[in-house]
Parts: sequence; C-alpha cells; structure tokens
Amino acid sequence: MINLVKEQNPMPEQAPDVRNKNFLEVAEGYTEDMAIREAMRCLKCRKKPCVSGCPVNIKIPDFIAQIAIGEFEEAYQIISEDSSLPAICGRVCPQENQCQGVCTRCAKGEPVAIGRLERFAADWHAAHYGDEEIQPVESNGHKVAVIGAGPAGLACAGDLVNKGYEVTVYEALHKTGGVLVYGIPQFRLPKEIVAAEVAKLEAKGVKFVTDAVVGRAITVDELMKEEGFESVFIGTGAGLPSFMNIPGENLIGVCSANEYLTRINLMKAYLPEYDTPIMHGDRIAVVGGGNVAMDAARCAKRMGASEVYVIYRRSMEELPARAEEVHHAIEEGCIFKLLHNPVQILGDEEGNVRAIECVQMELGEPDASGRRRPIPIEGSEFEVPVDMVIMSIGTKLNTLILDTTDQLEANRKGGIGTDDGAATNRDGIFAGGDAVTGAATVIKAMGAGKVAAASIDEYLG
Amino acid sequence: MFKVVKRRQLNDNMFWLVIEAPLVARKAKPGQFVILITDEFGERIPLTMAGHDSEAGTIDLIFAAVGRTTMLMSQLQEGDALMDVVGPLGKPTNMDGLKKVCVVGGGTGNALAYPLACGMHDHGVEVDMICGYKSKDLVILEDEFRAGVDNLYMMTDDGTYGEKGFTTDKLKELIESGKEYDEIVAVGPPMMMKFTCKMASDYGIHSIASLTAYMIDGTGMCGGCRCKIGGEDKFVCVDGPEFDGALVDWDDLIKRSNYYKEQEAEDRAHVCRLTGGVRYND
Repeated sequence: MINLVKEQNPMPEQAPDVRNKNFLEVAEGYTEDMAIREAMRCLKCRKKPCVSGCPVNIKIPDFIAQIAIGEFEEAYQIISEDSSLPAICGRVCPQENQCQGVCTRCAKGEPVAIGRLERFAADWHAAHYGDEEIQPVESNGHKVAVIGAGPAGLACAGDLVNKGYEVTVYEALHKTGGVLVYGIPQFRLPKEIVAAEVAKLEAKGVKFVTDAVVGRAITVDELMKEEGFESVFIGTGAGLPSFMNIPGENLIGVCSANEYLTRINLMKAYLPEYDTPIMHGDRIAVVGGGNVAMDAARCAKRMGASEVYVIYRRSMEELPARAEEVHHAIEEGCIFKLLHNPVQILGDEEGNVRAIECVQMELGEPDASGRRRPIPIEGSEFEVPVDMVIMSIGTKLNTLILDTTDQLEANRKGGIGTDDGAATNRDGIFAGGDAVTGAATVIKAMGAGKVAAASIDEYLG
Repeated sequence: MFKVVKRRQLNDNMFWLVIEAPLVARKAKPGQFVILITDEFGERIPLTMAGHDSEAGTIDLIFAAVGRTTMLMSQLQEGDALMDVVGPLGKPTNMDGLKKVCVVGGGTGNALAYPLACGMHDHGVEVDMICGYKSKDLVILEDEFRAGVDNLYMMTDDGTYGEKGFTTDKLKELIESGKEYDEIVAVGPPMMMKFTCKMASDYGIHSIASLTAYMIDGTGMCGGCRCKIGGEDKFVCVDGPEFDGALVDWDDLIKRSNYYKEQEAEDRAHVCRLTGGVRYND
C-alpha cells in the first residue's frame, strides 16, 4: 500500500525560540509510526533514481521497504552494506541535491524523506542493538595507516577492518571525528553518535593515535619504511580558512568560522566548566552561504547574540547550504542579507570591530560555476553596525602532506592528485575527501574513503 | 597521557617541566612548538619547546605562570601528567649559511631563545646572546646560556643585575663596536621584538622574530594566529613561528595579542580564587 499524501511527514523538532538558546539536538527524529507512514510514501518505482543520486549508492528503496513493514533492523543492515556512518549521514547529507532531489515523487509534491528514514533506521539500531558486543575481526596480516579520523578516514578504516586489515588511524587533534566533532555543532550532530561510531571501529580492532600530526611528527614515507605499513590512506580534510583580503580583517572580533566553531564544538566553549575562551558578540555578521556559515550563525545565536546576519553575495537560489539548515537558521532568527558583499570591516579606536560595510549586488550572466555572477551596484555601500564578524568563505588546501611526502603529486586545484580509484602517483598511497577535492560534503568524503578501501584491498590482495 | 618526569622552579613565577612525549621528541628541532592540554576541561595552548631529548623521548617546556593554563601547569609535580601534547609544530629555525648571529631575548622570551641560541651554536654558528630582564629576581637560565653560547650579555632594566639598560642599548653598542652579524634574532614581548628588529633594519642587518599568537589546532585550520607579514596574511602555526623581522606588522600583532584579554583576566581571577591554582575536579 502506498501513502499518497503529497507532503513529507514532518519530523518533531524543538521550537525555534527554545532551541536557539540551547545546544540540544534540533530535530528529534521520527517515531516508529511516523517512519512507517513516511516509508509507505515510496512508490517503489522501477528506475530507482535515488540510488544513483546517492554518492555511495545505498539501496534506498530496499531499506525503505523494510521500514514500511516494520523490519527496522533489516533496514539498518541494508544501509550498512553501502554506508559506514548512517546515523551521521542521515543527519548531515544534503539530501535535496542527492537522493531526494531526484525522487520520482518530486514530480507531484515532496520527495520521500530518505534522510530522515536513514537516520531513523540508524538510531533504532543504536537504541536496540547499540550495546551488542562487537568481536574483533581476524587479521589478514596486512597493515594499513589512515591519516585523519574524519569521515573519509573513518569510512576507509571501517571497510578495511571488516576485510581483516590491521588499521591504525593517525589524528592531529586530541579527539577523533574530524569535522564531525570540530565543525558540525552538537545541535545538528550529537558528538555521542560520532563517539559511538569510533568505539565500534575500535572494538573491531582499529587503533587510533591522536595528537599525531603526520608530516611533522612522522612522515608518510616513514610510516611505510619504518613502521611497516604497506599502504597509506590520506584523508586529512580541507585546510586553511580563506579570508576576503579586505581592510579590517585583523580587527579584534573578526575570526574564521573554523576558529569559532572549533572553540565551541571541539573545545566546548559553550559550557562554563571548559577553559577555552570565546568572544561573545551582541551583533554578529557571518559572511558566506555554505553549511559552515549556517552552523556559525546558529551557534552565534545560541551563544547569546541578539542579532545575527548572514551576509551572502548572491541570492537565496544560489545559496549553497543544505535547505534544512537555511530553513532552521531563518526560524531561529538569523537575518539573511542576500545580494550583499562586505567591502571593509570598520573598527573603533581600540581596534575592536564596530561595523561591517557592505555593497549591494545584482546578478549578471552565469560564471564558470554556472551560477549567475554577482556584480556590485555602484554607490550602494552602507554600514551594518556589528561587534563581531565571522568569515565563512571556504578554505585553501593544506600542503603539509604534499610538502613532506617524497614525490607525491598535487592535482590542478592544489589538492592531492588521485585517479578514480583514489590512487596517487605513489605506489601504495591513496587519498580521498576534502584533501583531494577541496571543501565538499561528509558523504562525498565517506564515499571517497570507501573507494580507497576497495582500491587498497585490490592493491594488497 | 604525557608524564612530567622532572620539574624545576626557576624563579617566583617560572617553571621548567620535562615531559614524556616520544612522538614529539623524535623529530623536534629548535624553534618548533607544541600544543598542549592540561586535562579534559583545558584549552589548547601553544608553547615553544625549550629543548628535547630524542633518545629519552622527552621535551622541555619553560613557561611563566601567567595565564589559566600555565598556572595550572605550574602546580604539576613529577609523576603528574598533561592530557595531550602535540607536535613538533611550525617550521624549525633556519641555521644554514649563518656564521655569526646575535640572539636577543626579553623576559620569559629568554626561555624560548635558549634552545635556539644553543642550537645555533651547536650547528657551528658563532652566537652572541643578549638576555634582558626587568630586574635581578626575574633572571633565568644564566648558567645554561653561559655554557651554550660564545658571549653572554646580561641586562636588567633597573640595573640590579648585569648591566643597566635595555637589550637594544647593548645591541647598539655591540654593532657600533664593530661586531658584524649575519642575522639578529629577537625572542620576547612584541614591543621588545619590534624595537630590536627596527634597530637591525637601521643597521642593514637581517632580522628574525619568533612570534607567538592565539591558535587552536596549530596545523593551519583555525586561522586565529594570522598576522600581517609584508602586507600578506600569514599563519604563525604553519608559515612561522619565525618571520623576517623587517616584514612583520608589529602594530597589528600587538593589537591582536589582546584578542581575549578580558576573558583571560576573568579566567585568571577564577583559577586563583576558586582553587589556589589547582582545578576543582570532583
């Protein structure tokens, strides 16, 4: 039986005025009834566009069919065949551009809420089977090193350990999870979920070495020559935050979104018992329109700012953040200043931010990215009084691994060069995720980690 | 955990800890730093290493107990441990091609100048070291310096020890007396480094300044340590910590060093009032 209601079953959420003052998870997840009702909206169409829309080709109609008949654990097992981190991807994937964007039901109404169902299956499994003891996987005798404990590295390590490889993951920070712990806030992805995924890998036999900066403390070549790793996967993520190179960016009160989010998420500056200092602004401008900008803006609101502006140079149509994040940010009171671009940041006599000067923009012809190019409207400059500015305009690639690994070649963008199978020009060295592509998404990094795991298995097998 | 294997108090407020950190020690070079966390609630702070022993797997940290974290660290005893130590970070000091240098250290900066000056000396560079302190009771590492460099000049602002005057007074005197340096290295408070590097430029001598800045990860991710070098934004953690002294925008750097001033003052008061330096941990 198919549920023909055109709209998705809404997911229960904390009310906007309540949640914008706390860091608890915003979306509370489907109940079993809601999940079944939503699953029954799937038409079981023959083309299955959702599967090809998914970067890791999860067998979406199959797992949804299991939810529809109440076989939730079976649904989880089907997802797990293709995805290493379903509880995470169900929460943070940009489904509207992937599986849900191509859902047949989009023709008349809303797509099936695939992400919410994925999350439901993963959470249901964790609630009912989360405590099950995991047995270590028997070793096949091959040692592989993974650099970076973010989504790419965790996915790669997960697939490799399942095949019997002895995997050691090196992480530069003191906690595992990469962007899942330092970047994405608690209210969007509870850190306990990430910790549970890492614990699962540890139980299977993956070793984690935190506080280890590969390229400084130990090089890729040393891992292979001295530590006995036959293959290395590099999943070190995106690198250095970009700034706009406009006057005033070094004033007190200007920081990168990476810094702001890391202080809050990784270092827990939102909890009084933690020492990490954080600047408290009352009127905060966040510059940029990606997911990171949304996270920064929504954190700023929760840290007590009375006004938070999201300043983006194009229109809502081009805004790259996930639709749900934009919707949530607006609900929580963030003010979007679209078609605005900062020209300079102004300071007071002591060097503190007092305002951001913006120019209004209009959209011209499409540029190389296919999006309409924003053009400044002459003479439209005006000041927005703010006491803090958070720059969230992307990242530049970190060259540490390239600089310290013998003869490892870069790609055209400056990332680590790889072929379609994640292999670099060096034998046994593979790479994937943002370190290769520049800033992208959790699911794409995870997908790249899985591709690399398959290639490593082939290389060593 | 990273165990404290040795603790030495250098004066009222300065401490020397030897910490077990084998992964850091095996690759550490003069000029590089670590980031450390005291415990679960701690912040991440950068600290330049004062030395290391690759074979013993230990690193040396010399610090003044001036902030929340360093105050907590000053309470650590042998056998206690830091939760995290990561490094070596930053680029090592460049010593190649140098024949004769003058290293100028100011106050607690002398602790960081120590491995650098001795490292250069061990590398075959002739090293003159000028140590500047406010007064006699703040003097540290005199014997260590004397054993590790060619010539040592001790200065105090109030004349209670060594010669009376600023480090720049002595630097000027040495240059005027005909000493020819390939490079002048400044390590200390920003204001002292600013004037030292300016003096070097006035005499047409290349200068290097070892900068400290706020940072979280130390690998280029947060951008908190950015500073203007020759008009360009550079990150102290990955592009530094040492930069051409003539290119540093000192006023920008000095301004940015006050970024968290208010919170830090509050924090300090908090540590002392609540715990007498030791964290309340129940």
